Amino acid sequence: MHWIRIERYYEGDFPEIKMKYRPVLCQQCNNAPCEPVCPTYASYHNAEGLNAQVYSRCIGTRYCGAACPYLVRFFNYLNPVWDKPLELQLNPDVSERSVGIMEKCTFCIQRIKSAEIDAKAEKRPLKDGEFNPACVQSCPTEAMVFGDLNDPESKVSRLSRSNRGTTLLSELGTHPVVTYLKRDTWQNGQNT
Amino acid sequence: MDKTPEQINEELLYPLYHASWRFYIAVAILGSLVVAAFAAWGYQIYYGLGMSGLNRPVFWAFYITNFVFWIGISHAGTLISAILRVCNAGWRRPVTRCAEAITVFSLLIAGMFPLIHLGRPWLAFWLIPYPSERGIWPQFRSALLWDFFAISTYLIGSVTFLLLPSFPDFALVRDRATGWRQRIYNVAALGWRGTPKQWHRLEMAMRIMAVAIIPVAVSVHTIVSWDFAMAPVPGWHSTIFGPYFVAGAIFSGIAALIIAMALLRKTLHLEEYLKPVHFDNLGKLLLLMSLLWFYFVFAERLTTWYGNFPSDMPAFWLTQEGRFSKLFWTMVFCNFLIPAPILAIKSLRTKVGWTVVASIPIIVGMWLERFLIIVPSLSHMYLPYNYGSYSPSWVEITITVGTFAAMGLLYLLFSRVVPIISIWELKLGIHKTEASAFLASQEPVEQP
Repeated sequence: MHWIRIERYYEGDFPEIKMKYRPVLCQQCNNAPCEPVCPTYASYHNAEGLNAQVYSRCIGTRYCGAACPYLVRFFNYLNPVWDKPLELQLNPDVSERSVGIMEKCTFCIQRIKSAEIDAKAEKRPLKDGEFNPACVQSCPTEAMVFGDLNDPESKVSRLSRSNRGTTLLSELGTHPVVTYLKRDTWQNGQNT
Repeated sequence: MDKTPEQINEELLYPLYHASWRFYIAVAILGSLVVAAFAAWGYQIYYGLGMSGLNRPVFWAFYITNFVFWIGISHAGTLISAILRVCNAGWRRPVTRCAEAITVFSLLIAGMFPLIHLGRPWLAFWLIPYPSERGIWPQFRSALLWDFFAISTYLIGSVTFLLLPSFPDFALVRDRATGWRQRIYNVAALGWRGTPKQWHRLEMAMRIMAVAIIPVAVSVHTIVSWDFAMAPVPGWHSTIFGPYFVAGAIFSGIAALIIAMALLRKTLHLEEYLKPVHFDNLGKLLLLMSLLWFYFVFAERLTTWYGNFPSDMPAFWLTQEGRFSKLFWTMVFCNFLIPAPILAIKSLRTKVGWTVVASIPIIVGMWLERFLIIVPSLSHMYLPYNYGSYSPSWVEITITVGTFAAMGLLYLLFSRVVPIISIWELKLGIHKTEASAFLASQEPVEQP
């Protein structure tokens, strides 16, 4: 199961074909359709604004999956099995999900928490870019940026305010926090 | 009807004492289908929901279709019977108990489906608001929780509605029985002795229940429709869904009632109780609901098409001319084009066989309607990259077949344990007709 997917769309007719692609992960909506529909509070909004999924509360109604317009929620239809020694590849900081529950991108909440704990131990505020989710960290071209949107000076705040910024399916009023920056060219003269 | 009360007792209590070999064969066949369904469910619980055909865009399919369908069938009984009681329709008397029994059994079946559909069904009790060690309440904003309350209220209400007028009949069986049968019906009759006070209370209770159950029934199917209408899914998020679902529920419910009554009439030899006039009257109601159903579908399809929202159209065209179009047009045939002409022609509607011919396609069509509301919309949601499809697995098909068998089995057993026609109400009707005929034949008394 991949919590982030690359959606490919094609424009034009062969051979003048243009491919566009877009990584889609949980948009961590501020007004998330998946949250109020869950009868057991498994899907809820945490204090930091994350769209959290509490695996142990989930009973598997899959209502959140049906309600999510981005289809970024994934259901464990079967019990996960790893042939030995593949179970050693599992991240010890991420809880294993059993059959019958929903899972989704967490923005690598284990990294957020561990960075917060480190900062607290050293009695200092979190620094911008101190840690990144796995997808941001592993992108070689730094196409993705992660940070604190509540801090107006953070890099991600500045980028999301840019006039190249759009949100996915914004007409639904879900207020996603993920901002996509549209491609811009020098000719437009707006490259800020 | 010129039968003596003793004759009525004899004829209507006959099925409680005698069963033919056909009964045992039917029980064996239906019972094995039910066992197969439970086995399939056990298999699914053991290996996980992956044994069904469900997948990522189509998170809901057969199980929720069956759930909505059976909730719809449950509107046969209590609602029809309550409306006929409130309107004091005299012809209702032989019909009410057949109808109320359908409600109770189809609700029991429908209530299974949210459990079958759950990923972790053993934790379903978390929907109950109780002070738990987990320290959280259920989410009251979730339509699924409203569903849970609505259905449990409806189940309690309709069981009460079925049982209340059964006590005098249980007492009748008790008084005529001996041995173990007498002991069982003695408990079931709850000490009914037929005193004027008891009759008065029964009548009072039935009046209150008949009025109270109507809003409950309407709200139940409205809330079921809100399971869909509250989610931002193209094709689901519609204000028409509440009334549309209620109308469809009553529609499929009456069709189920006609089929059940025709089977009872044939197998239990009730030709002189369930007469063509009852089928004729129910047929008129069915015709009305068929027209109403067509109106709702037309209104819903037309506004979607004319509105032409980019997000709505993929699922719309999928049902009109795409992968699901065969099912859609079958549904229109089954729900409107076949039954409406049959029911509109009086010489056909007054024949029991033809009303059944009109009712069977409605059951098929209404099942398809629920399926077509759920699956095409989910398979073609907003982002085209994620378009998917669905086909059922053998587990889902076995469970679906098993529920129809379960309905037949429960109904069969019920008709052998409880007099399927309310004996005391039937007698009361005859008595009232005789009394009014007597009064009508008298000279009006002049006031001094």
